[in-house]
Amino acid sequence: MAADSFDFPAALAKALADPQIAGNFKSALGGLRGKRLALFADPAELARLRATGKALKGRTLSRLPELLVQLEANCTRNGIRVHWAETTEEANRIVLSILRAHGADTVVKGKSMVSEEMGLNHFLEEHGVTPVETDLGEFIIQLAHQPPSHITAPALHMNRKQVAELFSKCIPDTPYTEDVLELNAIARRVLREKFRTAKAGLSGVNFAVAETGSLVLVENEGNGRMSTHCPDVHIALMGLEKVVEKLEHLPPLMRLLTGSATGQLLSTYVNVVSGPRGPHELDGPREVHLVILDNGRSNMFQDAELSGSLRCIRCGACLNNCPVYSRLGGHAYGSVYPGPIGSVITPQMEGLDAKGDLSFASSLCGACEEVCPVMIPLARHLRRIRSECEAAPGQGLVRGRGAKRCAVKTLGWRLWAFVERRPWLRERLLALAARLTGRWTPAVGPLAAWSQARTLPKLARKSLRQRVREEGVRHG
Amino acid sequence: MNRPSPAGKVLLFGTCLADAVFPDAGMASIRLLENCGFQVAYPLEQGCCGQPAYNSGFPDEARAVALAQVKAFAGSDAPVVVPSGSCAGMLRHHYPALFEGRPELFEVLAFSARVREFCEFLAEAAPTLPDSGPPVRAVWHSSCHALRETGSTPAAKALLRALPGVELVELAREWECCGFGGTFSVKRPEISAAMVRDKVEDVLAARADVLLTADCGCLLNITSAAQRMGRPVRGMHVAEFLWERVSGTASTQQPATRAGEANHGR
Repeated sequence: MAADSFDFPAALAKALADPQIAGNFKSALGGLRGKRLALFADPAELARLRATGKALKGRTLSRLPELLVQLEANCTRNGIRVHWAETTEEANRIVLSILRAHGADTVVKGKSMVSEEMGLNHFLEEHGVTPVETDLGEFIIQLAHQPPSHITAPALHMNRKQVAELFSKCIPDTPYTEDVLELNAIARRVLREKFRTAKAGLSGVNFAVAETGSLVLVENEGNGRMSTHCPDVHIALMGLEKVVEKLEHLPPLMRLLTGSATGQLLSTYVNVVSGPRGPHELDGPREVHLVILDNGRSNMFQDAELSGSLRCIRCGACLNNCPVYSRLGGHAYGSVYPGPIGSVITPQMEGLDAKGDLSFASSLCGACEEVCPVMIPLARHLRRIRSECEAAPGQGLVRGRGAKRCAVKTLGWRLWAFVERRPWLRERLLALAARLTGRWTPAVGPLAAWSQARTLPKLARKSLRQRVREEGVRHG
Repeated sequence: MNRPSPAGKVLLFGTCLADAVFPDAGMASIRLLENCGFQVAYPLEQGCCGQPAYNSGFPDEARAVALAQVKAFAGSDAPVVVPSGSCAGMLRHHYPALFEGRPELFEVLAFSARVREFCEFLAEAAPTLPDSGPPVRAVWHSSCHALRETGSTPAAKALLRALPGVELVELAREWECCGFGGTFSVKRPEISAAMVRDKVEDVLAARADVLLTADCGCLLNITSAAQRMGRPVRGMHVAEFLWERVSGTASTQQPATRAGEANHGR
C-alpha cells in the first residue's frame, strides 16, 4: 500500500458518506459483539482468562529472543526450514525464491495478515506467480481487487448481494444467485480445483510453539488445512511475536482468540503443522518453510511501554467494539491493520510521518481496552503515539518522532497550561470573552470544527468560581 | 434522609466545563452534599484536570496543570468529589501514570487516592433522597470514563431509581461513546459528528422527558448536536436534576413545554 500518498481526511469523508458501510458494519459488528458476550457470560471467568492470556503472552515477550531461537532449533529438528526476514521486501523475496525453486506458478493461500502486511499478492503477480486466496472472505475481496477491511472478517464490508454480483461477473459460467449455500458451493468448486493442482500452499500462523517446533493454525472453513496439506510445498508466514512457549499454553489462548473474534468456544479446525510428510505418511507437504518477519517488531519490543502491543493475538475484538471503526470500516484507515490495534501498530511499522494521524482517530473511550483478550492498554498506547507525534523531533524508538509537531499548536498548549495554572486569569479571560461575544463562543479555531455539527457553547452568565464566592460556599 | 454521621469535610473539584458553561451543575453538587450533612469547600486555586493536553499528546503541559490541581487540594485529607466521570478518571487513574518515575509521584498518589466520583460518593452517603418532583421519564447517558474507569454508572442509576417520581429508561447503545472525547471532537470532527448524531437518535428514540448524565462534556456534545439537528433534547447534569427534586424546585410544568430548550449555557 502506498503509505506516502495516503490522504486520511479524504478517506474518512468517503467512508462516512457511504451508506453501505454504515449499514453493513453496524449489523455485522453487532452480531459479533453479541456472540462474544454470550460466550463470555461469566465476568469472573472472563477476567481470569484475560489475566491468564496477558500473563502468557507477557511472559513469552519477556523471553522473546530466547524463545525464537528455541523455535528455530525445534522447527529445524522437525524438518521445517526457517527463514528470517527483517523487512517485508526480504520476506517477499524469500517466498518467491521458494516458489521458483519448485516451479510453482500458482500458490494457494490460507488467511495471513502478515502476507497483507508484505503486499505479497501484488509482489507475486509482478513476478509471474498467481496467488489464490482460499479463505472465503479473502477469496471474495481478491475477486473485487480490494484489501481486507477487518482482521478476521476481511469481506465484512460486503453484503450478500454484492458477493452475488461479484461471483456472477468474475467467475465464468456462474449464474446470479443470492443463496448463501450456493455461493459457498461455487467458491468451493473453484477452490477445490486450485488445491488439487497447485504446487505450493501458503498460510499464516496463529501460534508457533517453541517447545515443540509446531505451527498452529486456527480456521473455520477447512481451506487452511487444504492449503497446508494438499500442495507439495507449504510456506508459513509469521510475525515474530507469534511464538508461545509451550503446547500446554494453547488452550487458554485459543479460547480467548476464537471467543473474542467470533464467539466460538473453539474454531472448526485447529491445524498443527509439525513438519513435512514422514517417509511412511500418505499426505502432507513434502517441504515446510517458516518465514519469520520482523518489520519493525523488534523495535516495538525495545520500547518498554509499547511492547505491550506485541501481545496482540489478532482476534479483531477491538475493531468489533470500536465506535470509530464501526462507522468507517477498515479501508478508511489506509493500512493493513485497521481499528484501535492498527492505530497503535501501524504508526510504529510505517512511521509517524506516514501514519501518525491514525492515533488521533479515537475518542479514547476505552471500549477496545475493555474487550482486549490479552489486556493491551490500547488507549494508553494511542496517547503515547500521540505524544511521540507532538514531541520535539529527535532520536526516539518510534520512527518519525515529532512528525506532527507544529509551532502554533505547541504554543497554543503552552498558553493553555499557563492560563489553567492561574484560575484568576482564567476567570478574567472568560468574563472578557463573554462580554465581547455576548456569551456565545465564536466559531473560530477549534470551535469552527465543533460548530459543523453542533451549536456553539454559550458561556455562563457567572462562572462557578464567581458563584461559589457570591453564594457563600467555603473556598479558603 | 440517610445522613452519614459524623458529617465530614468534602472538597469539590468543579471541573473547568462546569465553571465556564454549567455552573448550575457545580452549585447543585455543592448543595446536595451540604444537604447530606457535609461541609463543602471549593478551593479557588483549582482549574482544569489536564486531560485535554494529556489526550492530545502534550504530557508536559498536562503534568504542569495536573500538579497545580494537586497543590490546590493539598493540606487536607478530605475526599475530593468530582461531578464528572471523565475528570474523576483523570485525577484518580491517570495522574499516577502521568507522574510515574517523578519526584512528585507520592504526593500525586496521595491526592489520587482521595478522589471520588460524585454519584458514587453521594450514593454511599445518601442512597435514598427525598423526591418532591413531578413524575418524569429520564434517559441516562453514561460517559465512557464513568462506565469504564470510575465504574460509577451503577451508583448513578441506583440514585435515580430510588426516586419515586422518576422512571429511568436506558439507552439502546449505552456502552457506545457519544463522540465527544474532548479534543477528539475538534481534531476529527467528521467522525465525532457521525457518532454524536447516532447518539442523539438513540436519545430521541428513548422518548424521555430529560437526558441525564454526570459529565458536562457529553451533555454539551449531545444537546448542542441535537439542537443543530433541529431536534432539541432537554439535558441536565444529574446533580442539578437531583437537587431540583430534593429541594422542591423541579419544574411542575409539563415536560413538553421545556422540550425545546437545550439546557446549557444559562
